[in-house]
Amino acid sequence: MKNRCKVFAAALAALLLGAACAPAALAEGDLIEVNEDIAVSADYDWTRFADDGITLNVYNWGLYISDGSDESVDVLSAFEELTGIEVNYTTFDSNESLYAKMKSGGAVYDVIFPSEYMVGKMAAEGMLAPLDYTNIPNFANIGSDYTGWDFDPENTYSVPYTWGTTGLIYNTTLVDEAPTSWAALWDVQYANNVLMFNNSRDAYAIAAKKIGRSLNPQSVDELTEVMQELKDQKSVVQAYVMDEIFDKMEGGEAAMAPYYAGDALTMIADNPDLAFVHPSEGVNFFVDSMCVPANSKNKAAAELFINYMCEPSVGLANCDYIGYSTPITAVWEQLDDELKYSEIAYPGDDVMGKAEVFTTLPDEINAALDAQWSEMKSYEEGGSGWMVVVLLLLALVISFFNIWRKLRKKARDDY
Amino acid sequence: MNKKQSVILQRTYIVLVFCFMYLPIAVMIAFSFNESKSRANFTGFTLGWYKSLFHNEMILSALGLSLVLALVSSVLATVLGTLATIGIHSMSRRAQLVVNNISYVPVVNPEIITGVSLMLLFVMAQNFGLGGGNGLFGWPTLLIAHITFNVPYVIFNVGPKLRQLDPSLYNAALDLGCTPRQAFFKVIMPQLSPAILSAFLICLTYSIDDFMISYFNSGTMQTLPIAIYSMTRKKVSPEINALSAVMFCVILAIILISNAADSRAYRKNQKEIRKAMQEEGAR
Repeated sequence: MKNRCKVFAAALAALLLGAACAPAALAEGDLIEVNEDIAVSADYDWTRFADDGITLNVYNWGLYISDGSDESVDVLSAFEELTGIEVNYTTFDSNESLYAKMKSGGAVYDVIFPSEYMVGKMAAEGMLAPLDYTNIPNFANIGSDYTGWDFDPENTYSVPYTWGTTGLIYNTTLVDEAPTSWAALWDVQYANNVLMFNNSRDAYAIAAKKIGRSLNPQSVDELTEVMQELKDQKSVVQAYVMDEIFDKMEGGEAAMAPYYAGDALTMIADNPDLAFVHPSEGVNFFVDSMCVPANSKNKAAAELFINYMCEPSVGLANCDYIGYSTPITAVWEQLDDELKYSEIAYPGDDVMGKAEVFTTLPDEINAALDAQWSEMKSYEEGGSGWMVVVLLLLALVISFFNIWRKLRKKARDDY
Repeated sequence: MNKKQSVILQRTYIVLVFCFMYLPIAVMIAFSFNESKSRANFTGFTLGWYKSLFHNEMILSALGLSLVLALVSSVLATVLGTLATIGIHSMSRRAQLVVNNISYVPVVNPEIITGVSLMLLFVMAQNFGLGGGNGLFGWPTLLIAHITFNVPYVIFNVGPKLRQLDPSLYNAALDLGCTPRQAFFKVIMPQLSPAILSAFLICLTYSIDDFMISYFNSGTMQTLPIAIYSMTRKKVSPEINALSAVMFCVILAIILISNAADSRAYRKNQKEIRKAMQEEGAR
């Protein structure tokens, strides 16, 4: 990650120089002020679609944009005001539902926000349109650490929106010593006190890292070996959860849990007993990107939207609201020092050097992952096997009872 | 067990049942005033979530869509369902049995099957060019889907009421000079109206409530349950608590007002009957 050092040095230099001309530091070109929080660069034709009556269908993660709630900046209405393009903004809950929705043929979107492995999968299946970067000059604002990853090496299809890492959140009052390894999630002394991801890919990544494997299994055998780890872990796990982690960790109901770094910051702000660590075996580095689907009818306007999202003032508003790390260098420079140099949000080379991204899995491995994940979830819960038999017997008894009653009634009527 | 003990037992039982029903709602409303986003610790009182709810365009537009959709689909489904019930009622016994069972299937069918199969149907229609360049998905598909799953509920609400009616009432109305249409609107309809109203309200709630079927048929639109569900990677925002609290209070108000109006109408009716009887007696 030598690029990161470059960015860092450049930022330092900017800070030193900035002492003299601090307020003007950003204003290289002229800015168009849309409202008191949003100002965009003036050397871009923002209004060229104003008279076309375009509505952009934007499909993003839930709560993943600064939307004016909770005293944040409303970046979408600022966009509408600036460009005259209307935005139909809707949200999804997982990469898989995004994929299913697009595959079903039931909806045509103009801008979508898949995570890295889903970008790879969609690109491979020809679901994404190659971006025309003359429409997205603000791509230059994106730090080089966040471009050119394996899932889209030339950034043909995707522009980074946010990024982050996974790590271990723990409650300092409930652990004897601070964990530094994923193995802590297998430690029997925390039995029934550990939470785990309730999604196969993230949970797999943790087990794989624990035994020194890649996040991206190459064969079904490798997958089976890692899934065995997850089965072994099951007796220690209190619950498989996603957003319930917030309440459980903040309320002190569990000692530790894996989650995304940006959300960990939110939890620590609510409960100062919590702490976060990037386990030494390595972590998952994720990038949520902006893409234009191949069947979009307003590609140029969609690219204009992406360009808008890469504006520093817009990026700052989003970064503030979402709490995940920003790939836009100028936004990072404007953050408070506390967040800017936070090991959690912007970890150093020791973490990033060992970080790995998800790649698209081959179909057979994907299918095996799904199958073994649901097998793992139902594993040992017992009961499920003989419950079926009991229910069947019950149904039989009831139907015999009914027939018997009817016969008796008939006999009585005849009598 | 003496009488007093059994009364106490009965009371406790009722209180327990109502606790199960209303405590979750009470907790939800309490946490809509919570200062922090936590759903576990109450840190302080604020009205901030209500304020920010009314600035959150996404939630508001999802709510708007849900309400309009529920209203339109329930009205249409109630009309269709009532007509269907009357049609079914005049069929032969065997045909009634068959049609009733067929229309019962969508109710017992898992919603996901209804949702996916409707989606497949719409995709097929779209492939045949229906809906033009912008595709079919959106308002039309949502509306059709909601009407589809609402109609059976109307049939099963209005049907029993219709069977309870005395068939000679309709004939009597005809004998007394009504045209069939007058007989229907003046004699049958008023007696069915409580059942029709309750069917309409059931449709309304099912329609606002529905996630599965809307999810597959919404196209690029988004109803309220879909918007809430999509928040689960981050954390469902307390604005949703605030919204649910508002909806609960509105519905409670509607029920109270309509009950009050009902009982007033009933008292007025009784009074008139008594008055008429007195006049009869005086004569």
